[in-house]
Amino acid sequence: MTVAEMSLSGKDKTVVKAFWDKVAPKTAEIGGEALGRMLTSYPQTKTYFSHWSDLSPESAQVKKHGATIMGAIGDAIGKIDDLQGALSKLSELHAFKLRVDPANFRILAHNIILVLAMYYPADFTPEVHVSIDKFLQNLALALSEKYR
Amino acid sequence: MVKWSDFERAAIQDIFSKIDYDVVGRAAFSRCLIVYPWTQRYFGSFGNLYNAAAITSNPKVAAHGKVIMAGLEKALKNMDDIKTTYKDLSVLHSEKLQVDPDNFNVKLFSFYCLTIVVAGQMGAAFTPEVQGAFQKFLAVVVASLRKQYY
Repeated sequence: MTVAEMSLSGKDKTVVKAFWDKVAPKTAEIGGEALGRMLTSYPQTKTYFSHWSDLSPESAQVKKHGATIMGAIGDAIGKIDDLQGALSKLSELHAFKLRVDPANFRILAHNIILVLAMYYPADFTPEVHVSIDKFLQNLALALSEKYR
Repeated sequence: MVKWSDFERAAIQDIFSKIDYDVVGRAAFSRCLIVYPWTQRYFGSFGNLYNAAAITSNPKVAAHGKVIMAGLEKALKNMDDIKTTYKDLSVLHSEKLQVDPDNFNVKLFSFYCLTIVVAGQMGAAFTPEVQGAFQKFLAVVVASLRKQYY
């Protein structure tokens, strides 16, 4: 089921940018937390990280990589009008080198959303949730662009 | 048959003992209708669902949130045989309500919105391991609801 074709409205972009500015101080932590949760709750995702020694949520490797991912997402928000262009290199990486099944992008997105809701229960309203969900889906679509 | 570890049983019971069913049911169900608006398809008789404000203040939405939580409580009380417990509910959803089974499975009420609302309510107590247990419980619920479809 691909629902990622629902493109971002002007309002979505505004909401996403505003919310990201608010959460900016904690994005690294949120990323580490989200990745840790993904690996714990969806253990099949661990197969992509078999080269790490520690896949627990407390792992330094997990936290660092979560921060990296959130950094890339933040960059993409800066180029939100051309996600495909912004993610071109990362798409090649995921398609040809990492070979991550794109179905997993949704799983990570779910965990990012969950952690955002935990850290910002008042700010992560349903309206913000819709726009962030749409954005992450569009991001995933751009990330899968080079696969085939 | 599903096997639950002691940790999983305890974690799931603990979640349900801590959450306010009315608040969580209503918040999760309205979030589902807002974030995935195509789900409104099944609730034509609910009146005004035109925007987020209307949905969150709609009394039928609140009432239905409670119905859903009551259904989950049934599963909670019969964790070792949710499949049989849910036989009638599965038939209801497939034959009478004709809900697209993809709706249970993919993101909607079950996995995402309810987990998100529970996480928001419980905060740090909703650890990754607790999250895993809760998601496993919901996965079993979903599988049981799908069981009677063709």
